[in-house]
Amino acid sequence: MTELRQRVAREPDSVPEDKESESEAKVDGETASDSESRAELAPPPAPADDTPEVLNRALSNLSSRWKNWWVRGILTLAMIAFFFIIIYLGPMVLMMIVMCVQIKCFHEIITIGYNVYHSYDLPWFRTLSWYFLLCVNYFFYGETVTDYFFTLVQREEPLRILSKYHRFISFTLYLTGFCMFVLSLVKKHYRLQFYMFGWTHVTLLIVVTQSHLVIHNLFEGMIWFIVPISCVICNDIMAYMFGFFFGRTPLIKLSPKKTWEGFIGGFFATVVFGLLLSYVMSGYRCFVCPVEYNNDTNSFTVDCEPSDLFRLQEYNIPGVVQSVTGWKTVRMYPFQIHSIALSTFASLIGPFGGFFASGFKRAFKIKDFANTIPGHGGIMDRFDCQYLMATFVNVYIASFIRGPNPSKLIQQFLTLRPDQQLHIFNTLKSHLTDKGLLTAATEDE
Amino acid sequence: MMLELRHRGGCPGPGGAVAPPPREGEAAGGDHETESTSDKETDIDDRYGDLDSRADSDIPDIPPSSDRTPEILKKALSGLSSRWKNWWIRGILTLTMISLFFLIIYMGSFMLMLLVLGIQVKCFHEIITIGYRVYRSYDLPWFRTLSWYFLLCVNYFFYGETVADYFATFVQREEQLQFLIRYHRFISFALYLAGFCMFVLSLVKKHYRLQFYMFAWTHVTLLITVTQSHLVIQNLFEGMIWFLVPISSVICNDITAYLFGFFFGRTPLIKLSPKKTWEGFIGGFFSTVIFGFIAAYVLSKYQYFVCPVEYRSDVNSFVTECEPSELFQLRSYSLPPFLKAVLRQETVSLYPFQIHSVALSTFASLIGPFGGFFASGFKRAFKIKDFANTIPGHGGIMDRFDCQYLMATFVHVYITSFIRGPNPSRVLQQLLVLQPEQQLNIYKALKTHLIEKGLLQPTLKPEVFSEGLCWTPQHHHRHR
Repeated sequence: MTELRQRVAREPDSVPEDKESESEAKVDGETASDSESRAELAPPPAPADDTPEVLNRALSNLSSRWKNWWVRGILTLAMIAFFFIIIYLGPMVLMMIVMCVQIKCFHEIITIGYNVYHSYDLPWFRTLSWYFLLCVNYFFYGETVTDYFFTLVQREEPLRILSKYHRFISFTLYLTGFCMFVLSLVKKHYRLQFYMFGWTHVTLLIVVTQSHLVIHNLFEGMIWFIVPISCVICNDIMAYMFGFFFGRTPLIKLSPKKTWEGFIGGFFATVVFGLLLSYVMSGYRCFVCPVEYNNDTNSFTVDCEPSDLFRLQEYNIPGVVQSVTGWKTVRMYPFQIHSIALSTFASLIGPFGGFFASGFKRAFKIKDFANTIPGHGGIMDRFDCQYLMATFVNVYIASFIRGPNPSKLIQQFLTLRPDQQLHIFNTLKSHLTDKGLLTAATEDE
Repeated sequence: MMLELRHRGGCPGPGGAVAPPPREGEAAGGDHETESTSDKETDIDDRYGDLDSRADSDIPDIPPSSDRTPEILKKALSGLSSRWKNWWIRGILTLTMISLFFLIIYMGSFMLMLLVLGIQVKCFHEIITIGYRVYRSYDLPWFRTLSWYFLLCVNYFFYGETVADYFATFVQREEQLQFLIRYHRFISFALYLAGFCMFVLSLVKKHYRLQFYMFAWTHVTLLITVTQSHLVIQNLFEGMIWFLVPISSVICNDITAYLFGFFFGRTPLIKLSPKKTWEGFIGGFFSTVIFGFIAAYVLSKYQYFVCPVEYRSDVNSFVTECEPSELFQLRSYSLPPFLKAVLRQETVSLYPFQIHSVALSTFASLIGPFGGFFASGFKRAFKIKDFANTIPGHGGIMDRFDCQYLMATFVHVYITSFIRGPNPSRVLQQLLVLQPEQQLNIYKALKTHLIEKGLLQPTLKPEVFSEGLCWTPQHHHRHR
């Protein structure tokens, strides 16, 4: 969002806002002489104006600076409204949206690679990139589906076989792609082909793993999906606002428009926002319950007894705050404590994802990843800060919230050999007995 | 690869693989004259950025490294012509490496693990060094530190996952280790994040592109070398035979394909490696299958090779002692009719593992070479003759291990899909980490399941008390 000021500032070419951004623009290859001398990286032709006609007409009388502001604002509201609608439509639609966002991000980054290396015409390469995307997605979806749809999978014979030999099938598919790559190496283009191979794999590593972690978080409970994403968006907006009104000290050379005031203001605002949002959402079962697949109705249900995390508890307020607010205790959901951790990460480390993307754009002399969203750039531009957030939430859940999935463990147990099963059973029994959880009385229940 | 021997030992001239071919690329590109003007006003990124889209031929060679043949060998072979001298050096080094391999097998699984780790670090170092030379980025701020740091992080992550599984009993004892295991993913992620943030903070204005390239190069290298080496170690823990037979099959395929090519080679196989022939490929395939068959037969007899590696806390070392599983017990197979006529036998006694070894050898001969072609393509792409010059006559460690690359993953996937299900100690480890109520629920579910299957005798109510008392000490004794 802080790019807005920079983008708007470039509009009136006659009066540069400040010397620094002007010289940055020169180095970044915006001037004519630079683009002539480096034929390999002529800046991509000014993208066609994607703004819908409706908006164009409605805002035609405003100056171009305010027009941009309005376009951005309207698109922001449109995206947020879209987000709410999808949440309302349920987890299945959310999963599909995540999948689409992933494919679009992949497409954007690969297209940048093509442009950088002029390798659009490399034999086979476009096919191979999309093929690898398909393989990796197949692998990850198979692992997820096997976990969550266990009963469904066990019922259908073809699915059962696919699930049992899933890793082998995925590996074979990947190998086929690998061998096709080796066979497609053409004499004069070895280096380019290896570069694109590397580029594809790094992109897959970034985009596909993150999107699958997002889906894992989603299955844990929609609140684990909504709160982190909203915190990152809120941090974006708040940091921009604080920067706009109070911004003075630059934060990092990489993004000259970001300021310490925006950073710190955004941090506090996001923590408060996270607390409020979690309070609101923890009350509703549809957000809080893990998503499960119901065999009878053949659909996803979110119905359960909310876990301890989502039940109001009394907390004693530390002395300092007591004197300020005059309350002795406060009723909160334990989840709100966790939300502080999530918001803190979103505000402190999330921006590094944004800096990474900024550095990437500068390195390859592009202004935006693509031009999908008018006023905002590509999908990747909007999701760059989310990049690290998904992994963090997943690791956080796995480490602090729940251990391994019990039903998954039972499935794994059932596939072991009988002697292994007995061994584990007996070890578990002695462990429980040691802990005093298993007594003769409970034994015969 | 061995097949390059002929190429290297013979006349260096016609070996057109690595000398820059005549400037065919010149006609294709047209923007090279701009380089001189752009040097002055644009940043370093652009100079190297030009390299990206130009044809391969315009990229200068990396200067060859110095000759590292030991003095002894040089003196002993000084009388021979240079062609035979190279042959002898290669031969002696091959035998040395094979003996070293046997020695380490003899010394046990722990030494093998250390060897695998050492090889992984060296391969990583070789590939990263190539990256430095390609991009001339040796002096990039922080970059060497960050590459090694990422190597450390990823290794920590993988070793933690492995250690937690296999050393469950050891880990249960120590409090600090328990803490590290429980929050392992979080700690690994935090370490990685620290490296990521350092990278972002280290981005320097004129070197963005180079830094991103090296970042990506490091990650792809980690993906290749570190994951493979950890899969190798997991295969090793499954039983040393799962480590030895695949690796020997690949080596055998290398050697026999070279020999068949040397004697009978006529039809070229692939443009990428002009010295490889169809005769070598097919001959190598059959010899490797036979070799794998025989090696499997020989190794299956010994518990040392066949048993899963376990860590015993009492002796504080690795032991390989067990009751060999069914895979490693002789069975009679009835021969198909045409073999019956040939061998004049009704049945044959084989280890079931030998059937699996056929699958492993087939993969090693048919798909393994693609790893070699990939490495050849990589070397041509970056105009290097060898990955490094660690082993005299052979090149770097990566040169020797390029075909093994895919083999380790295949063996691991093969084992998990066809041989065994999930790792039992891992399941146990995860069970012990659950909440007590969850553990109780699972216990009850498992008990019901086992009773249904008849594996566990249902206990009758009046006897529960005494049986519990009688059983418990024995349980503890048996599973200590």
